[in-house]
Order: sequence, then C-alpha cells, then structure tokens
Amino acid sequence: MGNPAENFKRGKRGKLYLQERLLQSNHSLVKNDMRKIGLSTQTGYVGKWLDISKYLPRRTLDRLAKKWMGFQAIAVAMLVPLIAFALLFRAQPILTAKSLRELLLGTNWHPLKQAFGFYPFIMGTLWVTLTSMVIAVPPSLMTAIYLAEYAPKRIRALAKPLIDLLAGIPSVVYGVWGVLTVVPFIRNHVAPTLERWSSFIPLFRSDNTTGYSVLAGGLVLAVMVFPIIIAVAEEVIHAVPQDLREASLALGATRWQTIKFVTLRKAFAGVMAAIALAFSRAFGETMAVMMVVGNVPQAPSSFLDSAYPLTALIANNYGEMMSIPLYDAALLGAALLLMLVVLIFNITSRLVLVRLMGHF
Amino acid sequence: MYDPHIRINKWNVWYGSDHALVNITADIPAKGITTIIGPSGCGKTTLLKSMNRLLDEMAGTRVKGQVWLDGINIYDPGVDVTEVRTRVGFLAPKPFPLPMSIYDNVAYGPRIHRHTLNSRGGNDHDLDGIVENNLRAAGLWEEVKDRLRTSATRLSTGQQQRLCLARALAVEPDVLLCDEPTSALDPIAAQKIEAQLQALKKERTIVVVTHMLRQARRMADYVILLWMGELVETGPAMQVFVNPRDERTRAYLDGDIG
Amino acid sequence: MKATKVEEKIFLTIMICSTVFVLSCLILILATVIWRGLPALNLSMLLQTPKGGFYLGKEGGILNAIMGSLFLAGGATALAMAISLPIALFLHFYAKRSWHGGVVRLALDVLWGIPSIVYGAFAFILMLWLGLRASLLGGIIALTFLELPIMTRGMDEAINMVHPLLKESSYSLGATRLETALKIVVRQAIPGLLTSSLLAFGRGIGDAASVLFTAGFTDHLPTSLFKPAASLPLAIFFQLSTPFPAVQNRAYASALILTGIVLGLSIMSRRIAGRLTEHVIR
Repeated sequence: MGNPAENFKRGKRGKLYLQERLLQSNHSLVKNDMRKIGLSTQTGYVGKWLDISKYLPRRTLDRLAKKWMGFQAIAVAMLVPLIAFALLFRAQPILTAKSLRELLLGTNWHPLKQAFGFYPFIMGTLWVTLTSMVIAVPPSLMTAIYLAEYAPKRIRALAKPLIDLLAGIPSVVYGVWGVLTVVPFIRNHVAPTLERWSSFIPLFRSDNTTGYSVLAGGLVLAVMVFPIIIAVAEEVIHAVPQDLREASLALGATRWQTIKFVTLRKAFAGVMAAIALAFSRAFGETMAVMMVVGNVPQAPSSFLDSAYPLTALIANNYGEMMSIPLYDAALLGAALLLMLVVLIFNITSRLVLVRLMGHF
Repeated sequence: MYDPHIRINKWNVWYGSDHALVNITADIPAKGITTIIGPSGCGKTTLLKSMNRLLDEMAGTRVKGQVWLDGINIYDPGVDVTEVRTRVGFLAPKPFPLPMSIYDNVAYGPRIHRHTLNSRGGNDHDLDGIVENNLRAAGLWEEVKDRLRTSATRLSTGQQQRLCLARALAVEPDVLLCDEPTSALDPIAAQKIEAQLQALKKERTIVVVTHMLRQARRMADYVILLWMGELVETGPAMQVFVNPRDERTRAYLDGDIG
Repeated sequence: MKATKVEEKIFLTIMICSTVFVLSCLILILATVIWRGLPALNLSMLLQTPKGGFYLGKEGGILNAIMGSLFLAGGATALAMAISLPIALFLHFYAKRSWHGGVVRLALDVLWGIPSIVYGAFAFILMLWLGLRASLLGGIIALTFLELPIMTRGMDEAINMVHPLLKESSYSLGATRLETALKIVVRQAIPGLLTSSLLAFGRGIGDAASVLFTAGFTDHLPTSLFKPAASLPLAIFFQLSTPFPAVQNRAYASALILTGIVLGLSIMSRRIAGRLTEHVIR
C-alpha cells in the first residue's frame, strides 16, 4: 500500500479500508513511515490521539445525516420519473384499448360512447399557448433588455420586485381578472373592430360573440408568463461578458447596435430557453385559462373562437371520471401527455441555461 | 532524535491544474512562533490551511505528501478531520464571529467537544470559567464582561478578532494557526493581537502567516520563506533574517521581490 | 450615423413602453380586484361559513375556505420544510462537488416546471393506492409536492449566500459538517429560509388545480385530516360559476382576500425576517 497519504482518496472504500487497517495493525505501518522520514517512534508517541472510538458518536452522526439527507434528495429527484410512471400506469388501459393515432388525431369526444379523441383539446391547448407566446414574447424581451442594459439602478430596484409580485399572484385571481376585464374588452372592442376591418382574414373571423376565446386565454396567460421570461432573459443578458460589449462599443457602435449584433447573439440560446420555460408554464396552466377560454370542445380556427384546453378538460371532468369506464385512464393519459411536453421543454431549456451560466 | 511539533514532508498541493505548493519539506518546532513569509500568491495561506485540513473544504484540491502532527499523518485516511482541527486552532484574516452571543461564541467549541474535554480532565459544568479564562487570555475580558449575552456582531473589528482568538483558544489547541491575523485591523488593535500571541507562545506552537516583513521580524522565532509555491529557506529567525543562505531570501528581505 | 441614433431612440422608446405596459398589467389586475372586490367585502364574509342557499345569494361567508386554505397550505408548508431543509443542506454540505448535486438540482428545476394539475393527478393516484378519499390530507400531499421544489431551491440559494469564512470558522474549531450546518449556517440563513418558506406558502395557498382533485370542497370548517376541506381558490371559482350577480360579487371579494393574503405574506416575510436577525452577520 505504501505511503498512506498516497492512498488518501475521497472514495468511501479506500477510506474505510485504511481506517480499519490502522486500528488493527497497531500503527506499525505508520511507524515505518515515520522512521523513513526521521521521526522518532520510541516515545509511545505514535497514535497518541488516534483513538477513533472516542469521537465515533459525532462522526457517525455526521455520516448518518449525510446518508439521510442524501436519501431525501435522491427520493425527491426520483419524483420526476415516479410521477411519469404513475400516470403511465393509470393511463395504460386506454393506451391498450385505443391506438395512439385515434387518441391524438380523433375529433370525437364522447366518453359515454367510449370515444376519446383528444384532437380538439390538443389544438385548444396549442392555440392558447402559442397565442400567449406571440403576445408575451415581444414586450417581455424588450423589458428584459431595458432592465438589463438601459434602466437606471433606481428603476431596476423598483421594477424587479413589482415584476416578482406579478409572479406571486394566484392563477385563480388572474382568471377573475380575465373574466372582469379581458373578456369584456374582447367582446366589446376587439371583436367588433376585427369584424369591421379584417374579417376577410379567417384567423380573425368568428361567430363567437361572448368574448370567451383563444385570445382571452392567450392574453391572460401572456401576463402570467411575463415575469418568467423577463427574469430569466434578464439574467442571461446580464451574464454576457462586459468585455464583449466594450469591444463593440470601442468600434463606435451604439448601445443598441451592440445589443443587436453582440449581446443578443451571445445570449440567444438563453433567451430561447427563457421562452421555452414560459411556454411550458403556459402549456400546463389550468385555472386561469379555463375561466376565460369558453370550454367548447372544438378545434379552434380563429383567435376569437372558443377553445377547450387539455388542462381544462382534466379539471372539469375529474368528478365523474371514476364512474365511466376508461374515462379515468383517458384523463390521466391527458395529464401524462401534458407532463411529457412540459418535461421536454423544461429539461432542454434548463440544460441550455446550465451550459450558459455554468450553474444549476 | 529531534521531534518537531509539525513535520511537513514532500508536500504538494494542486488547485485544479495549478501546482500551488511544490514539494515542501519543513519542520515547525514545538512552542514559539513560526512565521511563514513570502510574496503574495506564493502559497503561504495554502501551506497554513494544509495544517488543519481546511484545504478539504475547497473544491478541486488535490494533495500529495504528508503532514505529521504529534506522530500522526493528518492526511491519513484513518484520521478524524474534526479531531485535527480541535488540536490545531485557526485564526482567519478577517474576524468572523458566529451568529450568536459573545458568550456562545467562546462556548461553541467546548460545547461541541464536551466529551473530549472531559476526558482530558476538563469540567463541563464550568463553561463560565472556560469562557472567562479564554476571554482573559485573548485580552478581551475587561471590555466585554458586562455584556456577554449581547450579539458578537456588535463588537468592533479589533474586539471581534480577539473574540475569534478566545474562541479558538477555548478548544485548547496545541497549535494555533494565524492567517494574517492583523491585516483587517487598525494599528492599535493589531498591536493587541500581537501582544496576545507573544504571551501565548510560551505554551503553544503558533504559526503566523504574514505579508508584513516588519511584523515577522518582531514576532518570529522561526521562519519559513516561500516563493512561488516553493520553499526557499527555513530556520531560526536570527539566522534567516541576519544571515540568509539563499539569494532570493536576501532579495526578498531587501524589498526587491514582493 | 444619424440613422443609427434614430433607430436606438425608437427601440429605447419601445423598451420603456414595454416596461410600463408590463407594470401597468400588475396595477390593472390589482385595481380590478380591489375595485370589484371591495364593495362586496364585509365582516360576515370573513367570519361566517356558508349558510343554506349561500350559492343562491343568501347569508353566509367564506370562513370555511379561508380556514381550509390556511390548513392546507400550512400543513403542506410544514411538511415541505421538513423535506426541503435537509435537501438544501445536503446540496450545500455533502454534494457540492459530486454529480448527485447536479442531478438533484436539475430534478428540482424540472419539478418546479411541472403543472400543478399534474401534481393533483399524481396525488390523486397516490390517494387511490392509499385508499384515501378527497380530504384535507390529500390536499396537503398534493400541495407538498407543489411547494417542495420552490422551497428547496429558495433554501439552497439562501444557504449559498452564507459567507464561506463563517463555515471555515466553525470547521477550524473542530465542528463536523453536520454541527456547522445546524448550529451556524442554518442560524445565519434564517431570513432566507423563512422567505423561501413563505414564498412556497403563498404559492400553495393560491393554487387551485392541485387541490381540486385531492381536497374536494365543503361548506364546513376543516375538522379532520380525513374529511374534505374547502379552499379559497376553489371558493372563488365556484362562486364565479353561479349565475347570480350577488354570488359573483362575493367571488370578487374572495379574490381580494386571497390576493391580500398572498401579497401580505410576501411583505410580511421581510418584516419577520428582519426581527430574527439579531445575531446575523451582514
């Protein structure tokens, strides 16, 4: 084994092995080492204070704590696959009874007749989520750039806590706000205007006059994801090295040119990750959306149409799902679908952010 | 055979790929003050932290060689690192009181090591006594005896550093490592710390890292001079300061390097 | 040269407008909730449970939902704290350099992103296995899952803020990592730990989708872990779904109460944290 110090590794096995050997062999190896470098071994000096047993309780406690805490950490990390498997397990009946194609592309939804076509709901979710992204991305990116690059310290210090506050508002309150403000606004102003000026564009044409629409859901969701995009994008832009900016500024570029050609290019992946995070948040949002989109099971073809997203489907029907065969499997399958999409977006964007910022 | 209190043998430290200490072999004699000097960035603090295994706490560190303390290689896998640190006290460059009262700061170590201290003949019912004695030894007792229960963060920086000294002494270490103990202090507070260390050296082995040559001249009984991670010269202070053997030592003492 | 300046001016204007727009959304939401909620708010709403015909516009209040929400979120926060703190300490003290730490942090980030309705569905499946019906306990389980990642990440950050020299001081006195963690670092990080707990509590109390499945709803005050419990978000939702304006107005008032609780908590967390910092080094 040679010099004990050379065997000093962090590996648990090496540690335990040498420790036991030391105790058993009466430190003869240590004595050897000491003689080699000219330390006296005569005085009963060797291992004078190496009485491990005396310190064992504290040390053991430390080790047990490490084990226990580590166990908890791993257990929580295992929640991700556990949730996926639990949902998969419960969705199994419908996955075996129906083909995936029938489930994803079927337009017929009649649980009582055992027809489970998710297509209208998937389209509902996609319409609402994409609308919200179209609405949310430009202003929140502009805000992020402003806060990271232009805003005076005082404004930053004022704006950031307020934006955090926006993130703290419960989703049901967003829903109430949507019902009180956004839906009437669309019903009374947006829809008539579009009707008048742009009804030749199919995307803006609809016979739905209630205001409860894809657009309403998109607007409410957009406000909900503002804080996510702003916070992450701001951090990413902030992390671009100052040297890079100075190099561009030194060439006579304006600040905006520097941002456009250097900073944003460097931060592009991170900004994309921010948007992906916001997408996955909007994708899985339930309460606020379901209160304002109208919940009509049809694939929307216009921003003014009603929609029925997957999340609303689950939330509205959980009550009766145990009483109809395959219904529970179908709804939990919808939850699984939701989770998988969110998972893919989330993991990708987190990995991008980790690589970019160098930390988790 | 001559037995130093600490023997550093063929000691190497790497931070990642950076070879911070190269094959250092040096003895630290029992009792008295050994100063480690050298230009900044030469590995003084690394060498000091090698002696109580605080290096373990830094990410990406690799070591090779041995550090012997009282006949134990403290890097031997069988050694309990907390016991090493109980034997070897440490005084950081900036005073960092623990987030508790003055009394609890000093009592923190003894409370943790109650069992150990008892077996060495200490008495765990006498925490008050331990606190008082060590505050006296650090020269702080008179200033704080009426407000032991107040937060340690309210003391001045100089007082905080002496509190840290008392806190370190309360564990009854045989060796006291001081990493530039006066660098954050004003001259008067620095003087007080220096005086306490001078008084303590009769019973303990003290190792002081300093970048102030004058402080080293004032305090040192023995000297270790490092230069870019290598050992340049070591020996009794008189010899190194008055009659250095190495060119680099002479240059450093004359102020040409560093 | 001039064109570039003009371009910069234009974009700067757009940016400032965007920022103002985002902030005005916050003000608009708060203003709407206060403006519509305040007139319907009265003491009997806060202090009574629903009487017969409450959902038709008759007498009663939403004390059942307020208490239910406090019990749900309180229980979940207590559970989540017991799980989160050890994990945060593990990440900081024992897994700093190992790959476990990275995996656990990534998992926590991913858990953070999982929609609350999925947590609700998962907790529902767990309850089926355990033979539980919609109950306070079920809701607490679902909310614990929801709060865990939020709280753990917050605590992890709070602990990372502790100055490394403080840990070194404790180590150099011969303390083990566990002793250093519990006696020094936790004490120093108390404000941060508290803030992240309250943040998680706020998230828990405001969430509807996960308790929908698991806690059910009732007009009574919560009395048992195994009986259904009401919650504020669901109370708002149900009241809003009725066709009666009087009941809908109560929904707005309930929304105001919920918003007040959540925002009040985030302001209060700073206050309380300030008081516990007697010994904390700044």
